[in-house]
Amino acid sequence: MEFYENEMKLEFLSKSNNEAFARIAVAAFAAQLDPTIEELADIKTAVSESVTNSIIHGYEDCEGIITIECKIFGNTLNIDVSDSGIGIENIDIAKEPLYTTKPNLERSGMGFTIIESFMDEMKIESIVGLGTKVSMKKMIKREEVAHV
Amino acid sequence: MKSEYLKKDKLLILEITEEIDHHTTEKIRRRADYEIERFMPRKTIFDFNSVTFMDSAGIGMLIGRYKMAKMFGGTVEIKNVNPNIKRILEMCGVLKLVPIVNEV
Ligand SMILES: Nc1ncnc2c1ncn2[C@@H]1O[C@H](COP(=O)(O)OP(=O)(O)O)[C@@H](O)[C@H]1O
Ligand SMILES: [Mg+2]
Repeated sequence: MEFYENEMKLEFLSKSNNEAFARIAVAAFAAQLDPTIEELADIKTAVSESVTNSIIHGYEDCEGIITIECKIFGNTLNIDVSDSGIGIENIDIAKEPLYTTKPNLERSGMGFTIIESFMDEMKIESIVGLGTKVSMKKMIKREEVAHV
Repeated sequence: MKSEYLKKDKLLILEITEEIDHHTTEKIRRRADYEIERFMPRKTIFDFNSVTFMDSAGIGMLIGRYKMAKMFGGTVEIKNVNPNIKRILEMCGVLKLVPIVNEV
């Protein structure tokens, strides 16, 4: 039995109308793993959260490039979302539920909490002034292996 | 978004017709605040029947509308929420402020 692998990479401008584009593109790529509707919703939400973070926090009022890299290993989907924005000073604090640096924009501070609970793993790497990368992992649990 | 005001019940129904994310909340917020200010409803209900996606931007939007409605003496509820969106609402504790309409 062969170990299935695949990958894709997307680069796009940090415009807010790309939030929908990004989550739909990643969901379409994930579809080959035959996820459930719920797993697909988890993936779309996590991508939407991290891309939105790059747009409103990473790049704030300027425009920059957001990169998404997806890799499939067997039944695991890895998604990396990176920006070259302002970076995060304290990652542990940023991850706390309800913590937001933009309450004036009606942000809830729940983005990272949602990603952590919907994905199997989340790792944040960030350097102030250089940018941020959020790496997420989702295991697609197939009920039975019907093919291969 | 479609809106309907039932004068007799002082009830404002706002049907959201798009996916809810940071990009779309700006428009939803503006329209909702306009309608709430205009009618000062006793109750505002967001109908999620055609909402297929919502991320945490929706949480901020709902809490913001809750505060807005409260200033005008009203409350906010939601109806027809799909299970995936319901999970996010539950996780973020929004349902205490903005409950799901009790349907008999
Ligand atoms: N890509 C990023 N670049 C810079 N700062 C970020 C980035 N992502 C998140 N942050 C910081 O982490 C905080 C928490 O993020 P999150 O949990 O998504 O909440 P919210 O987006 O509602 O503020 C943000 O308020 C911001 O300060
Ligand atoms: Mg966020």
